[in-house]
Amino acid sequence: MSTPANPNREMLRITDLHAYYGESHILHGIDLRIGRGECATLLGRNGSGRTTTLKSILGLVSRRTGSIMLNGNEIIAEPTHRMARHGIGYVPEERAIFASLSTEENLMLPPQVASGGMSVGEIYEMFPNLLERRNSPGSKLSGGEQQMLAMARVLRTGAKLLLLDEITEGLAPVIVKKLGEVITELKSRGFTIVLVEQNFRFAAPLADRHYVLEHGEIIATISKQELPEKMDWLHQTLGV
Amino acid sequence: MEIFGIPSALLGSQLLIGLINGSFYAILSLGLAIIFGLLNIINFAHGAQYMMGAFIAWLALTKFGINYWVALIATPIIVGAFGVLLERTMLRKLYKLDHLYGLLLTFGIALIIEGIFRDQFGISGQSYDVPELLSGGVNLGFMFLPIYRGWIIVAALTVCFGTWFMIERTKLGAYLRAGTENSQMVQALGINVPLLITFTYGYGVALAAFAGVLAAPVFQVNPLMGSHLIIVVFAVVVIGGMGSIMGSIVTGLGLGLIEGLTKVFYPEASSVIVFVIMVIVLLVRPAGLFGKA
Repeated sequence: MSTPANPNREMLRITDLHAYYGESHILHGIDLRIGRGECATLLGRNGSGRTTTLKSILGLVSRRTGSIMLNGNEIIAEPTHRMARHGIGYVPEERAIFASLSTEENLMLPPQVASGGMSVGEIYEMFPNLLERRNSPGSKLSGGEQQMLAMARVLRTGAKLLLLDEITEGLAPVIVKKLGEVITELKSRGFTIVLVEQNFRFAAPLADRHYVLEHGEIIATISKQELPEKMDWLHQTLGV
Repeated sequence: MEIFGIPSALLGSQLLIGLINGSFYAILSLGLAIIFGLLNIINFAHGAQYMMGAFIAWLALTKFGINYWVALIATPIIVGAFGVLLERTMLRKLYKLDHLYGLLLTFGIALIIEGIFRDQFGISGQSYDVPELLSGGVNLGFMFLPIYRGWIIVAALTVCFGTWFMIERTKLGAYLRAGTENSQMVQALGINVPLLITFTYGYGVALAAFAGVLAAPVFQVNPLMGSHLIIVVFAVVVIGGMGSIMGSIVTGLGLGLIEGLTKVFYPEASSVIVFVIMVIVLLVRPAGLFGKA
């Protein structure tokens, strides 16, 4: 079932990752590999551990063990703020737009961590709504605009690995379509993307590989080529 | 000349005293607001840190001959560094706990600091001369303005609005505002929040020490000077809205003026007027005048 990435092109390798919130053991030995420029999805029902996997990569859980290798370097012991410096960009499920900052202040907030990030001009070209609303407080943006801003915020930094959590949740179909186009564009620019998504119809055409989680474990890895024959099983497992 | 039957000199001098007290309220409540905003800690040691500022300036002058101007710069740095040490060694362990733990710890620290100074210097006040450059006064026609008191207002307004500018108009201020809302996300965006928190506490403490040095020539320098003031300052913070920067500045100055006017028109109420206003604000707008519910 699994298709391991070419180790020479491997960007992210997670081995035997366990994560805890207080006394609760949430992840039970996650293993995954994502190659440079690939898009992988984490699929599963609510509570299966998808968001916790992203948060564990960033160090946003109270305790984690195992190994997280980024570009061949072990990063599991590093503090959260160093993760962005390693080139990891995070778009959380709740978007986390800062209400007391304007759109442009939100956009410019993260430090640039590497060269190759998108310029502000390119970002406004990709998300024209943000240009129109650049002086509006973050709290006055619509859900779709907040989602675009959350995406735009990490694209400027030079991050090469994007962790996107439920980016289509609660958005109008036209915005979802726009986000699909943005992800396709980002893939063509060489970004590596880990996508947590409930909207399987949105994720399926974008991803090179799907990891299916249940109760904090990966129960299946399905490549793009294997997807058609696994659709029935997936629908049953995910309840979609 | 009389205004509402009150001699203008009396009214002017009480308003001036009110504005001076308001300047101290504004600087101290601003420091408390910044600290509470990012650290979620009610810094009960703020009064003691204000007292440390005044005492260190007095010690610097009497023991080492270090003048007021050097003390005005160096003392906030020294006391701010002491704040950094407190944050790194003690406060840091409390961030995930209830506010009450921070309040109790800083209250204990305040008692220890005050106890040490009482043990060393007793409770009688020490005098600190007004620097020569700021001695004397100016006759404004309707009242006499001591230059040093005018300087306090100018210095306090400069520091308060400089701090406001830093928070509202600079990148560092954007980090602070964002960190106040969601510090985990700010960290995930690559900003070193633990360092930001240390800086914020150190800066808040340095503001208290700055107020202490400003106060040394006008109030008696004694170990209890902070604890007398800090209760009113907490009322100012509650009225302005916990964590609100502009609320602290405007409310601090405004309440100082109201207190001054009360001394003219109804002196018996002057020591409680701030608390009466606090009760009314809490009943009508619990988040404070500038706070967000």
